[in-house]
Amino acid sequence: MKFLISMHINPAVLDALTDEEKAAIGAGHGRFIEALKGSGELITTQALADPSQAAVVSVRNGQPVVTDGPFLEGKEYLGGFYLVDCESKERAIELAAQVPDSAIAGLGVEVRQVMFADGQLDA
Amino acid sequence: MTAPAIEDLLRELAPQVLGALVRRYGQFEGCEDAVQEAVLAAAMQRPGQGMPGNPRGWLMTVASRRLIDQVRSDQARRERESALAAEVAPEEASGTDDTLVLLFMCCHPALTAASQTALTLRAVGGLTTAEIARAFLVPEATMAARISRAKQRIKAAGSSFSLPGGAEREERLWVVLHVLYLIFNEGYTASAGRELHRADLAREAIRLARMVHAQLPDDGEVTGLLALMLLTHARQRARTTAAGDLVPLAEQDRATWDRGLIDEGTALVKAALAGPALGPYQLQAAIAATHADAASAAQTDWRQVHALYLILERIAPNPMVTLNRAVALAETQGPAAGLALLSTLDGDERMAGHHRLLSVRAHLLEKAGDTAGACDHYRRAARATASIAEQRYLQSRASRLRP
Repeated sequence: MKFLISMHINPAVLDALTDEEKAAIGAGHGRFIEALKGSGELITTQALADPSQAAVVSVRNGQPVVTDGPFLEGKEYLGGFYLVDCESKERAIELAAQVPDSAIAGLGVEVRQVMFADGQLDA
Repeated sequence: MTAPAIEDLLRELAPQVLGALVRRYGQFEGCEDAVQEAVLAAAMQRPGQGMPGNPRGWLMTVASRRLIDQVRSDQARRERESALAAEVAPEEASGTDDTLVLLFMCCHPALTAASQTALTLRAVGGLTTAEIARAFLVPEATMAARISRAKQRIKAAGSSFSLPGGAEREERLWVVLHVLYLIFNEGYTASAGRELHRADLAREAIRLARMVHAQLPDDGEVTGLLALMLLTHARQRARTTAAGDLVPLAEQDRATWDRGLIDEGTALVKAALAGPALGPYQLQAAIAATHADAASAAQTDWRQVHALYLILERIAPNPMVTLNRAVALAETQGPAAGLALLSTLDGDERMAGHHRLLSVRAHLLEKAGDTAGACDHYRRAARATASIAEQRYLQSRASRLRP
């Protein structure tokens, strides 16, 4: 079963962390990625550029209209995600609990099952 | 020999050659890699050249050489080299079939179900890592890591290359059958866009179940599982429209059901039910055979279906079985009786918000004439499922009932 483990980040929360805490998050993600690779559960992981760089695209009367992002106005934004293939929803939740962000108040880690997948070039 | 025929032959021989190699050299891990490489080499070299007179011996020779190469390249195992090299002349794979021993090994209880299925498809099914990855829609590297981790686990568990005895054998056989059942289901519940690959998994599961049945023809549950697969697979053409939409059992064109598979499955069910003990697979196969026996949904012997679910519920209690029994009960005693049985599942945590409970309730409410309630439940079921085909079907049911 495939799940998207998404990380919802709050820049104010991240800014309030000490350098050591920030470094520990980075190291934690590194260990998490290695463990997922080893167990054969990782499909891919990506981190996204800052939402201030986002462009919101809509088409009106056949013409594209581009405005500055982000689309959702809130303190949190999607910072990145892990796409995993694992045994069950329980296992996906267990994995999400290993994402360093889940131990920090104000950061959100969310698990959602994937319903359709295509476009994988090597599959 | 045609290319598909060669492929079939190679895949049939792969577990036999692997079994012989493991018996001879131990180290399942290395032997499994060597056989995989030999099968790949054979598949790439042979087209146009036909097959050698003794394909099993040829695979055995190539796999043994690969294994020796592996050992040679492994500095830490240098001391084993001389022992292996002395045995370069490979002996013919023995006639005895080690397929069952390999299956037990691949379905080792130390592994997760996902690893058991992957390893079984590779070591026993003779599929390549790339093919398995494609079937499960994951990158090849992900599948390769999963298989390699599974082999490490088996090694760490210190599994010996022999069939377990006594009670352990029963338990382990149950795991083997469950893994084959999972492989079949993965193919059966094909999700959009990849129907072809997934259907191959169903066929592969049937092929493996046939192999186990050939080894253990007197085991009722093995027979039952094979029968269940054949009877379910027989409906494959009828269960989706050309556009890929799901067709429920009651509305399927039964003329397109595969009679050959039904006859074979039905005969197996009869043989299994004549045995001493009844198991869950036999009962599920008997239910499938009852459906196969009916010329239309209306002519189905629902009393028998209900009675079989009742026995199944007793020997293997499970909310899904109760759910299915509610459908049969509604057919024999009316929708109110079915709905009353469903309400006993409301407190079951395993079923809370489950799309199957919602969709069966929608179906029974519709039969009872509660159009608004049925529509609402079909919509909720559509939101709860993770299958696109099912979601489309449930949404169309809901729209049909929209006031």
